[in-house]
Amino acid sequence: MNAILKVEGLCVAFDHPLGMVHAVDDVSFSLAANERLGLAGESGSGKSTMALSILRMIKPPGRILGGRVELDGVELSALDQEGMRRLRLAGIAMVPQGSMNSLNPVMRIQAQIADALADHGVKLGSGALEARVAELLRTVGLRPEVARMFPHELSGGMKQRACIAIAICLRPKVIIADEPTSALDVVVQRQVMETLARVQRDLGCAIILVGHDMGLMAQFVDRLGVMYAGRLVEVAPIGEIITRPRHPYTQALISSLPSLEARGTMQGIPGLAPLLRDLPPGCAFHPRCPMAEARCRTDKPAVRDVGPGQQAACHFA
Amino acid sequence: MQAVLRYLRRNLSLVLGSGLLLFLLAFIVVGHFIVDVEDARALSARPLQPPSWRYPFGTDRQGRDLLAVMVAGTPLTLRIGFIAGILGVGIGTVLAFVAAYYRGTVDTIIRGIADIGLTVPGLLILIIIAVSIRGGLTVNQMALVVASLAWLHPTRTIRAQVLSLRERGYVEIARMSGMSGPGIIFLELMPNLLPYLAATLVNAVSTAILASIGLEVLGLGPIDAPTLGMTLYWVNFNAAMINGWWWWWTAPTVIILLVFLGLFFVTVGLDEIANPRLRRSA
Amino acid sequence: MTALLEARHVTKRYGDNTALSGLSMAINTDRPSITAVVGESGSGKTTLARIILGLTPPSEGQVLYQGQDTAHLSGEQRRAFRRDVQAVFQDPYEVYNPFYRVDHVLTTPVRNFKLAATRAEGRRLIEQSLRAVGLRPEEILGRFPHQLSGGQRQRIMVARAVLMKPKLIVADEPVSMVDASLRATILGSLRKLTDEMGISIIYITHDLATAYQVSDNILVMYRACVAEAGEVERVVKHPEHPYTRLLISSIPKVSTTRDWLEDDGVEKVRALPGAHGCRFVDRCPVAMDRCATALPPLYRTEAQRATACFRYADSPELHAGAMDEVLAEAKAPTLA
Repeated sequence: MNAILKVEGLCVAFDHPLGMVHAVDDVSFSLAANERLGLAGESGSGKSTMALSILRMIKPPGRILGGRVELDGVELSALDQEGMRRLRLAGIAMVPQGSMNSLNPVMRIQAQIADALADHGVKLGSGALEARVAELLRTVGLRPEVARMFPHELSGGMKQRACIAIAICLRPKVIIADEPTSALDVVVQRQVMETLARVQRDLGCAIILVGHDMGLMAQFVDRLGVMYAGRLVEVAPIGEIITRPRHPYTQALISSLPSLEARGTMQGIPGLAPLLRDLPPGCAFHPRCPMAEARCRTDKPAVRDVGPGQQAACHFA
Repeated sequence: MQAVLRYLRRNLSLVLGSGLLLFLLAFIVVGHFIVDVEDARALSARPLQPPSWRYPFGTDRQGRDLLAVMVAGTPLTLRIGFIAGILGVGIGTVLAFVAAYYRGTVDTIIRGIADIGLTVPGLLILIIIAVSIRGGLTVNQMALVVASLAWLHPTRTIRAQVLSLRERGYVEIARMSGMSGPGIIFLELMPNLLPYLAATLVNAVSTAILASIGLEVLGLGPIDAPTLGMTLYWVNFNAAMINGWWWWWTAPTVIILLVFLGLFFVTVGLDEIANPRLRRSA
Repeated sequence: MTALLEARHVTKRYGDNTALSGLSMAINTDRPSITAVVGESGSGKTTLARIILGLTPPSEGQVLYQGQDTAHLSGEQRRAFRRDVQAVFQDPYEVYNPFYRVDHVLTTPVRNFKLAATRAEGRRLIEQSLRAVGLRPEEILGRFPHQLSGGQRQRIMVARAVLMKPKLIVADEPVSMVDASLRATILGSLRKLTDEMGISIIYITHDLATAYQVSDNILVMYRACVAEAGEVERVVKHPEHPYTRLLISSIPKVSTTRDWLEDDGVEKVRALPGAHGCRFVDRCPVAMDRCATALPPLYRTEAQRATACFRYADSPELHAGAMDEVLAEAKAPTLA
């Protein structure tokens, strides 16, 4: 498979007075061109930190301890600050969580897109700029009039689509969307995800969707990676994960989704997510795992191949 | 304890400020053992002597031992500042809470008076008040004069803080748990404002000291008290600078400088505690 | 018998914006049940919660507590109201005063409502409530809020509501800021409160799936009006109102059938509803001419169902006071 993005052994830690916190622990995966990869996990799983670390946007007290990130053959850790800056948005674009609230409230949408373009050396005359912006807005399903509007004149869904427009303006190879729809209601969520899918088809780029809604993942991504306590505990094609999840946490996550089929079937996962600075020994999931045995308490399971294109970090997979 | 020390390492302003103030305190305390404060009165020594072993700060034109003057006067100046500052912030806090919590007419009235008061130049009002008081002012009366205006600014700023805290979820929960107005003010809102109140207090003390020194330099202070400001008044009255009696104005100036620097750094330090956004990460 | 709480033609306006329009409903607590109020942001569900709880006064209409207008309650009646109607809010962070340990939110109502005669009795009561929501008192008491997780904090809030043995708890998005794996546990404890302790619950949420799982009845709100109401199994399995249908089909399901994404193209813009038309007319796939000019009333389409849509104009209109008949108790589900 021709991987557009390869992540190997990525480790990110935060300096905390009470000890080092390993937010991302030895995570490896690859992303094919044109593929939709999901990264699922709950709060504290490290998924957002991982997304930021791919773009080297971790600020102190966090730092990248090690690992390689390769975009289309180019090793990212070898790039200097300027090289990395040019890569952000042009090579890998990110739609961060709550980005619709980070639109500049005093600038029209067109000006914000123009800003993004100018930062990467693309200066267009007013005619060309208007045309480019109109085309971008059309791609994300917004009317051309939106270009002259301010963020507060747009609804939540429209703002989020404007953020997607900014993210694609330089035709990146990878788009990382971190919980792009968590603040939106289900109807608007579908519109935004449809936009994302269309954008991907038009651009031929790959998408990493970070989130915790398994239903959304099931309907949108091609492959899914599940994170728990900073580690990638399962990666597999989405169909496989739904029908035959290998890791107990993945199973539990799927069962905890409330269904619309029968009432009274909602299940939770007992226990609490572990504090990253105080992880249990052995497998981080063992205190909550229905299958835990003595060996789970002492041996940390490594990520192993358990099937074609499937990997899981569990002694029983 | 460990956590306190660790925090102090990060908050250098607080350490520096407290250090300066503690140094001044030590100066006053030790000074009281070294000198006889009676020598702060006129005609205690030969006048206009430059610093020597006998008189480390020299003497002034009326024959005062300047070291004794500093040792006796600094606590007086500080006292004015503290009384005025505490009174000002005390009154300001009560008015601010009442205005911000109950809103409505009460708020409009309190806010109106404070706003009008703030637009009039404070020093001018103080001068008018000081001049109208028959006979001389004592140190305590001085403090009250300054306090009369010291509550204006704290009322406004504390009110703003309370307005924002009032909307917090925990205030609503307290209301649903049967708490009444005064209960909510004292039990829910006040504790969260303590750091802010402390910073406001130090600020108010600073301002009060400055105001009192200002009045004294103009000659409107307690004539017989050897306060720092009065010393400067005599410096001007006797044209000490032109006459070259440098030791006379150096001592009070340096001490005033230390007082303000100390208070300033403490304010910055307290500000960092009160406003978490200013905190630098570990 | 007099309903515990009744809303009569409640309308709430904020300037030009109507947050709630002419809503009437009644809560009878002789038959404890969980009623979900489902809607997106701007639908009026949070406004409804705040008005019922007496935190915001209505612009028009009344809220009656045991027949008395809540705007004019005497001191003692107000205390009784506060004890009978409690709340759990959405944000498990904001509701704790960072200055105090979490015990404070539990001891305050005990003290103010004199729920216990001695300190020891109060402590016992608190421990009992914590256990009722699945928490261990020794792990919770004495801690500061920042030392506990969001899920624990939210459960403490439920325990706090239970302390006062209320008749009604209004839970406004109680699990939306909590991890998915903990939601079932918290909602499960709410269900237990209804089944075992006879406390009625109004569960306000935008998440139709959890509302379906845990409630008996449902009110679907759209732009300040009630679109559909009734017994939850019927409404979810056989939705009548076009908005309810849209809502249900928009929920992505965990299945290998990928039918959720459709190409929508540019956002369809129809004229926004006029002041007097149905609120949904600009997005409704089956809108008729009539819908743009008049606001549909609630039609009682089944014994336990009402829909505000002109497509069901053949059914009798729902009389204002009969909403509680529509929201009668159904068979309770048991959660795992």
